[in-house]
Amino acid sequence: MSAAPPNTIRADLQLIADMIEPGSRVLDVGCADGALLDHLVNQKGVDGRGIELSVDGVNACVSAGLSVIQGDAETDLLDYPDHAFDYVVLSQTLQAMRAPKSTLEQLLRVGRHAIVSLPNFAYWRLRWHLLVTGRMPVNTTLPYEWYETPNIHLCTIRDFVVLCRKMGVTIDRSISLDRNGVPLGFGSKLFMVNLFGEQAVFLLRT
Amino acid sequence: MRSERSQLMRACPLMILPKGLASAGDPIDFVLPGHRVFLGRDRTLKLDCGVELSEFPVAYQAYGRLNEDKSNAVLVCHALTGDQFMAESHPLTQKEGWWDLMVGPGKPLDTTQYYVLCVNVLGGCMGSAGPSEINSETGEPWGLSFPVITIADMVRAQAMLLDHLGIEKLFAVIGGSMGGMQVLEWAALFPERVFAAVPIASAAHHTAQNIAFHEVGRQAIIADPDWCGGEYWRYGKRPHRGLAVARMAAHITYLSEPKLHEKFGRRLQNREGLTYGFDADFQVESYLRHQGISFVERFDANSYLYITRAMDYFDMAARYSGGLAKAFVDTPIRFCVISFTSDWLYPTVESRRIVHALNAVAANVSFAEIVSNSGHDAFLLDEPEFHRVLKGFLGGAAQHRGLPKTPTE
Repeated sequence: MSAAPPNTIRADLQLIADMIEPGSRVLDVGCADGALLDHLVNQKGVDGRGIELSVDGVNACVSAGLSVIQGDAETDLLDYPDHAFDYVVLSQTLQAMRAPKSTLEQLLRVGRHAIVSLPNFAYWRLRWHLLVTGRMPVNTTLPYEWYETPNIHLCTIRDFVVLCRKMGVTIDRSISLDRNGVPLGFGSKLFMVNLFGEQAVFLLRT
Repeated sequence: MRSERSQLMRACPLMILPKGLASAGDPIDFVLPGHRVFLGRDRTLKLDCGVELSEFPVAYQAYGRLNEDKSNAVLVCHALTGDQFMAESHPLTQKEGWWDLMVGPGKPLDTTQYYVLCVNVLGGCMGSAGPSEINSETGEPWGLSFPVITIADMVRAQAMLLDHLGIEKLFAVIGGSMGGMQVLEWAALFPERVFAAVPIASAAHHTAQNIAFHEVGRQAIIADPDWCGGEYWRYGKRPHRGLAVARMAAHITYLSEPKLHEKFGRRLQNREGLTYGFDADFQVESYLRHQGISFVERFDANSYLYITRAMDYFDMAARYSGGLAKAFVDTPIRFCVISFTSDWLYPTVESRRIVHALNAVAANVSFAEIVSNSGHDAFLLDEPEFHRVLKGFLGGAAQHRGLPKTPTE
């Protein structure tokens, strides 16, 4: 982790990192082994904190000198004061929340901005898989069988955009990635990104 | 402060074992290693109960070397029955120090990097002011005339010692159990004097259950006829039995059912079958009796009353209207809260309460719950994951504090 060279973090994490101003205050919700947090703290001089559910993840982070608490984002986010952070990051986790909408509200209460990344269930390969095989897709971004997946609230890019609109949330930036993690060049053409984006990263504010 | 320091500079490398611990009728005082200073001459220590202590002794032990700018000092706060001899053979029992695993070269509290201090708490019986110490006004042990002290009083006394040593700011204050309570008080009372704080297996208040167990211990002592109304030294006695029972009851709370099962099960002690009597048939009984008996060799019964009382009175949130978070508003301290899964004395939920309060003020906090079946005592034992987390946290904090890394890192 901290031994890894700075530019080897996952492509989607790098995109998130690029949205964050150096020296800002960041809360990484579901920070896993702390790869993003470590990058932000050590490369961008960020005052970074994390919340992580798994004991192994937390121990790895704290052992690496990162400020991470063991906890459940859905309950622990409630503790923080309004706008305690400049950015609150939720990477590939919203779909695993029991209540994604209220989690999103909490992210935008605690942070001036929220950065959310999620897998797109309308990605054409998934649509194709469902159409042809009639079975729930299992692939690299959604690697679980339906009966053991933590992803209980999957949505599409369009679904998420509609939710933001409904909640009055402003999407400052959105980037869709293809299966290689390369940003798509379709700009804001929702039909296209919803079809060809395997995942998307959103920079949000209220 | 400098003039105060020079006036107070009377550290003695050796000290005399307090009277209360000298065995009955033994005229020879036993000399303890470590340091002992008298504080409170210029400025008294105002206790929470209203009494002011002046010219009171504080005993401490130190490991490692204080660096030039005095920025590498780590204060370890000991638990209820601990003392300052945390990383050396205990002067009375000859057993290894209670945190030998943690403190030393190459260990998580690396003495080649940090100057590690441990202070016998106020109310204790290893050289600091307490009921077994001599009251200079009367010339005899304080006994029950010693004022009731609090966790905050212990911390204020430690702060006075730091003034005396010329240490403006601690790199870290660390402690398990009651030590963790002192850590929290340090953070609340002297936020500007602490860079990093690590409360381990602790809580921000004593629960009804905690108080209840302590009351059992205190009543065991008080019920011992040798306690003599708290003035046992007058009669050349010590309430061994009561104190041992108190220790036995408390010791159960430091373990866990799985640990007891693993260690002893229902195995019998050096016998083939049940004796149909009240001897220690079971290994667990024998173990507890041993714990009780060996404890009384090194601990004073009245100290046990005073320190358990201080813990029972501990309730940080009660001091601040608006809850625990108010104790930490705008705190600059980096916290690392650690709990253990099988600790039912100060369970994880209590640590989480502290974390929630710290989050509510957006403090810089880490929190790890360590998987262990050793119960509350896990913080004293060989728990590699715990040691790794603590070492990592301190390493990160040291980097932010600008302390040089150890050669091993």
